[in-house]
Amino acid sequence: MRLTLGPLQYFWSRQRVLAFYREAAGWPVDVIYLGETVCSKRRELTTRDWIALAEELLASDREIVLSSLALTEAESELSALTRLVGDGRFRVEANDMSAVQLLRERGLPFVGGPTLNVYNHAALRLLIEDGLQRWVLGVEQGRAEIEGFRASDVVLPELEVIAWGRLPLAFSARCFTARALDLAKDECGFRCIDYPNGLPLQTREGAAFLTLNGVQVQSAGRCDLGPELDELQAVGVDLLRLYPQAEGMAEVVARFRCALDSGVAPPRAGEENGYWRGTAGMRCVDQ
Amino acid sequence: MQVGFRGVDRMQLICPAGSPPALKAAVDNGADAVYVGFRDQTNARAFPGLNFTDADLAAGIEYAHARDREIYVALNTYASSARLNQWRAAVDRAAALGADALICADLGVLDYGARRHPGLRRHLSVQGSATTHAALRYYRERFGIARAVLPRVLSIEQVERLCAHDVVPIEVFAFGSLCIMAEGRCQLSSYATGVSPNRQGVCSPARSVRWVEEPGGARSAYLNEVLIDRFAAGEPAGYPVVCKGRYVVGGETIHALEEPTSLNTLDLLPRLEKAGVAALKIEGRQRGQAYVADVTRICRQALDRLRQRPQDWTPQASWQRELARHAEGRQTTLGPYHRSWH
Repeated sequence: MRLTLGPLQYFWSRQRVLAFYREAAGWPVDVIYLGETVCSKRRELTTRDWIALAEELLASDREIVLSSLALTEAESELSALTRLVGDGRFRVEANDMSAVQLLRERGLPFVGGPTLNVYNHAALRLLIEDGLQRWVLGVEQGRAEIEGFRASDVVLPELEVIAWGRLPLAFSARCFTARALDLAKDECGFRCIDYPNGLPLQTREGAAFLTLNGVQVQSAGRCDLGPELDELQAVGVDLLRLYPQAEGMAEVVARFRCALDSGVAPPRAGEENGYWRGTAGMRCVDQ
Repeated sequence: MQVGFRGVDRMQLICPAGSPPALKAAVDNGADAVYVGFRDQTNARAFPGLNFTDADLAAGIEYAHARDREIYVALNTYASSARLNQWRAAVDRAAALGADALICADLGVLDYGARRHPGLRRHLSVQGSATTHAALRYYRERFGIARAVLPRVLSIEQVERLCAHDVVPIEVFAFGSLCIMAEGRCQLSSYATGVSPNRQGVCSPARSVRWVEEPGGARSAYLNEVLIDRFAAGEPAGYPVVCKGRYVVGGETIHALEEPTSLNTLDLLPRLEKAGVAALKIEGRQRGQAYVADVTRICRQALDRLRQRPQDWTPQASWQRELARHAEGRQTTLGPYHRSWH
């Protein structure tokens, strides 16, 4: 299995982003996904900047993939997507059907992102015809789904599973960070930059539940499939996705690398694995 | 080739029905088409006691067709590989019973419908999350969709621009409960309960809901042991869905995602018509016959009024009052159509 560094979901300063990826270039990951997948208003790095960063990181000898926005609404967002796809030098992770269509029209192979809604082999077969070469399972899909796909007659593409990080659960036109701060989205002041791991949301009983990240809602807990290493291998997962977080990412990568190299599953460090086990995502179920 | 639709002479009114009496109420009160689902998880309102047996549907189609109205069958959840044959069989049943269109989101289901029953129209469900002309082109080229229902994330200006691209006829939500996330992209119910709108056709399943009476008359609503909201004595308490709960963010207790409210677009009807929107959809297959009758009647009156006197459009106060009565939390909003909502 290979390790991938998933796209950065948070809004960080340009300096922080560049420093993060300078460091990441030295981490033992095989694939780095770059790009803004949450909110097109975040412009510390423009699409051009992300592409330039991709060029720089090529020297690190990692596979570089450009990730597209999950929720594309405005014409300007579609133009940015066209630029991302049009570059042609990097594979693109298509996170909505707009991206799939633009890639398909150009005959370019692509990675299918976790928000594409692929739930069965017939859907996957169609996307493979369109150029899909790798598929990142949706957040709510786990072991049973992979076994279902394996039981079909479709020659499966590379399968990538989210193995670490807060899960991207929902996307809206509304900015929840701006709402929490009592700001209109159009005058948001880019305040999500103040929350490099998102803005925590608790229940009225004080239990951690969700994380607000602009127009995206994430889990509060971090998914951790490190302890499920043997199962991931047994069902033929090809890549493990680790989502960036503000601190301690080098250690996260090192933990997974060590596990893959030694073949010994690490003890649990994150809080959740429910989706892998076919139950509520917020749960942690040890076998 | 797809025929342009901008010359369509009037917006169609598409109404929900979760039961045969609701279907009759929709037809009798002026729906152009009624959308329904089977009694299983193939549709996104898979609630106990709701929806249509094959015999119900046959009778409903006969009733509608006798009055020159249409019936659409929603097969708009996503099938796992293991269950795909059930969805395909549902497509065959809808075709055999004489449905006028299927409302689907799953690529595998759309593909099956297009190949097996090319004469049966396919509409892209809101669960398909298509928000751009590029995405619409995909579904048109791949599956020959005849219409697409837009997710409730676009502003009115974005709806207008999308219509101007003239890729496929567009259906938008006009009234009803407001999903605030891009439909088909929301795992909040799934995250808390393991049951999702995408897979099981249910948001916030009743079996995971628990009400607790607190001292002093307050009531707490739990979803799989997650406290969604706590209501003071006498405070109206809505059904606990994750996106409409009250939570603590930055030390304050707020409706962090959305308040209990419903979408109401009567104010926007002239703009939607001018944009070339082909059809208006009323949400609410889980609602009763009275809701369907009232909302259908008001929207029919509004559309007829708009047609007779398009200038100086003002929705009647009585319409707005009655719609508010059927709204969540008795309040309505223009929702994402209006930029300030974002």
